[in-house]
Amino acid sequence: MADHSLTPTAEWPYPVNYGKENIVTADVLILGGGIAGCHAAVHAARRGAKVVVVDKGPVIRSGSGGAGVDHWHAACTNPCSTVTPEEMMEIVKVFGDYSYHEYGNGITCYIQCKESYDALLDLEQMGIKVRDVDDQFEGADFRDEKTKLMFAYDYVNRTCIRVNGGAKVKVALYNELKRLGVQICDRIMVTSLLTEEGRQGGRVVGATGVNIRTGEFYIFNSKAAILSMSVFAGQWVFSTEISGLSSIFNDPNNSGDGTAMAWNAGADLALMERSGKGLSSGFFRYPPYGTGDHNNTWFACTIVDANGKEIPYVDRDGNILKTVSDRYRPAPGQKYFMYGRMGPKEIWGPGLIPDLAERIANGEYALPLYADLPGMPEKERRAIWGLMIYNEGKCSIIYDNYCKAGFDPDKDMLQLPVMPPDQYGRGPAWETYGPRQWREGAFGGGGGIVFDWDLKSTLDGLYVAGSQQYSGGTHAHAAATGRYAGRKAAGYAKQVQMGPMNRKQIEAEKARVYAPVMRNDGIGWKELRAGLCRVMQDYCGEFKSEPILKMGLDWIRSIRESEAPTAYARNPHELCRVLECHTHMTIAEIIMQSSLARKASSLFLDFKRLDYPKMDPPEWHKIVTIRQENEKVQVGELPLKYYLLPPYAPGFAENYSNHSEL
Amino acid sequence: MSEKALLVANPPSACKAIIFDADVCTSCLTCVDVCRTDVLIPNPQKGEPPIVLYPDECWFCGCCVDHCPCPGAIRMEHPLSQRAGWKRKETGELFRIGMKNPPLPNTKPPVC
Repeated sequence: MADHSLTPTAEWPYPVNYGKENIVTADVLILGGGIAGCHAAVHAARRGAKVVVVDKGPVIRSGSGGAGVDHWHAACTNPCSTVTPEEMMEIVKVFGDYSYHEYGNGITCYIQCKESYDALLDLEQMGIKVRDVDDQFEGADFRDEKTKLMFAYDYVNRTCIRVNGGAKVKVALYNELKRLGVQICDRIMVTSLLTEEGRQGGRVVGATGVNIRTGEFYIFNSKAAILSMSVFAGQWVFSTEISGLSSIFNDPNNSGDGTAMAWNAGADLALMERSGKGLSSGFFRYPPYGTGDHNNTWFACTIVDANGKEIPYVDRDGNILKTVSDRYRPAPGQKYFMYGRMGPKEIWGPGLIPDLAERIANGEYALPLYADLPGMPEKERRAIWGLMIYNEGKCSIIYDNYCKAGFDPDKDMLQLPVMPPDQYGRGPAWETYGPRQWREGAFGGGGGIVFDWDLKSTLDGLYVAGSQQYSGGTHAHAAATGRYAGRKAAGYAKQVQMGPMNRKQIEAEKARVYAPVMRNDGIGWKELRAGLCRVMQDYCGEFKSEPILKMGLDWIRSIRESEAPTAYARNPHELCRVLECHTHMTIAEIIMQSSLARKASSLFLDFKRLDYPKMDPPEWHKIVTIRQENEKVQVGELPLKYYLLPPYAPGFAENYSNHSEL
Repeated sequence: MSEKALLVANPPSACKAIIFDADVCTSCLTCVDVCRTDVLIPNPQKGEPPIVLYPDECWFCGCCVDHCPCPGAIRMEHPLSQRAGWKRKETGELFRIGMKNPPLPNTKPPVC
């Protein structure tokens, strides 16, 4: 239909009204209606607050968790768990996918351990089965006969629950929001925070937004606001040519809008200098979970080589495991395991032999490898292909399409992608691999907004939940922190009046938002987006130094001056894409400024400075914070364990008791 | 053989992503309403299936297929560059997504 060689004449199918203002008021304004935002909305509404949820997409299915969930992590308080929240905190110190050691945040880690299971029970009340209510897994190793809860990974210690019906958690949340009378503003991109007197650092009194179908302007006035727009994604890697926005692992709507607007409003950010090798986002991968594998959703599937030779699993200490059942048990002398060989060695789980790469390279194991589902015990097989692959995000289409194409896990072994030997065992097989300059904002541990035991940012009136915080985490983390933030924001809203909005600030934002629709030609959003990614790859890649970072900042300044002001939008959808480029420019600046501020390399943060090559010198074992004050960058710091130091209590339980408002 | 050649640009993306069967689709627009990336738009011709305006932005979440009330009206296809393969354990036969003459469908429902 769309024909780019001729002047388009077909009209946009929605009624467009650029500049028309819609005013919405809320006690609790939730910016980002994903998992964290929806759990926040439920709990704020239950406390009597007038709640408004705003999302760039349709809340019924939006967000990284909107397409489903299979694992519910850190459900320490479930009746079958042998690990208390305090015990988990002791060994893990921090929790979140791929995030560990001191740079994680103990506050949200503890909240997750305390409330993850409660959030799952909330979902059960909303109609998600959770348990094996249809008795499809009676007698299975991973099922508790009394509660019918099903567990993943460590079947002895049982802190991670497999979620029956997890495919539809978002639909259940959406229906609950409607039942509670929450006002849902779908397809509105939040573009800025409004502050008292329009001042950077002032109390947050609302937000602005633009409808991505009609182009209408939204002005939200709030007593309390919660930012829950997740961690930035797609900052280093962008291409729609090869596989669409599927190439971004997280929700492609997660451009980092929340982080950028918090920065513009003067909030403190942390860990923005942290990034990881682009494992989750890249061009040359396969559909997530859609190849044979042995990690997370596929744990612990038997893997065989091209000749049917089985590749052994070992426990944490390298002992070969003889049975499938052994793969779901801790090693002798090990208290419990989480998953994979990540984090502290105490919690490493079973995995394939660690020297698999060498043994492929020397010909001992022949490629390609296959996931031997037929060789798995029947209930484990059905759990992987049927429960996990179906309910996990973006997996219902995998299950449906592959089964329709004749794939039968009772008979068939799904192939792992063919890769150079040294890529095996590094992560999920479907991710494959990419060039070193393709990085990402550390899934589950990326930079974001600084917060306290109230999940309050450094700005009055602004709370944070989910992966929007610095060092965010899993689906369960989003749910747990969401419900906590919802309570806190509702509590604050009861104590304050609506904040006055500043018309000058609103007008300035309207001018910025609509500038692209005044133009019909210039740089297209895709070119701008890819160009920004190129700057990140070159000047903010794996290896950094002061001159390089400053060149990167200058590139962004130059793009802001030259190409960006020519970006055009021919309809509200394109306008959203252009505005996302604005966000990416701001995120680029924040990352580079944060990188300049940390004058030491860090193994923990995967942060390499050519001009400060010493890894983790003790004087840099701290959180570096960064914010804008009068448009100038201010660098600060926090002790790694600031949340257990004055003014807080020295223990997690006491702080939780003081702040959680249960 | 027709002599008509059309003046058209390249397809916007490596794959169509979403394909409709016009004979089954009732144009209820449920798929348009649930798409998180706003890839689909209502067809200006009433009664016709939605238009896949932005296949290049599809995230392949499958929500459109999942919520469609008419089986067969909409399907999602991963691009050729992302089609998985498998081996039948007993026979060594190889199969893949998108092959000609695929094996019979596996109709076992998921756990949900």
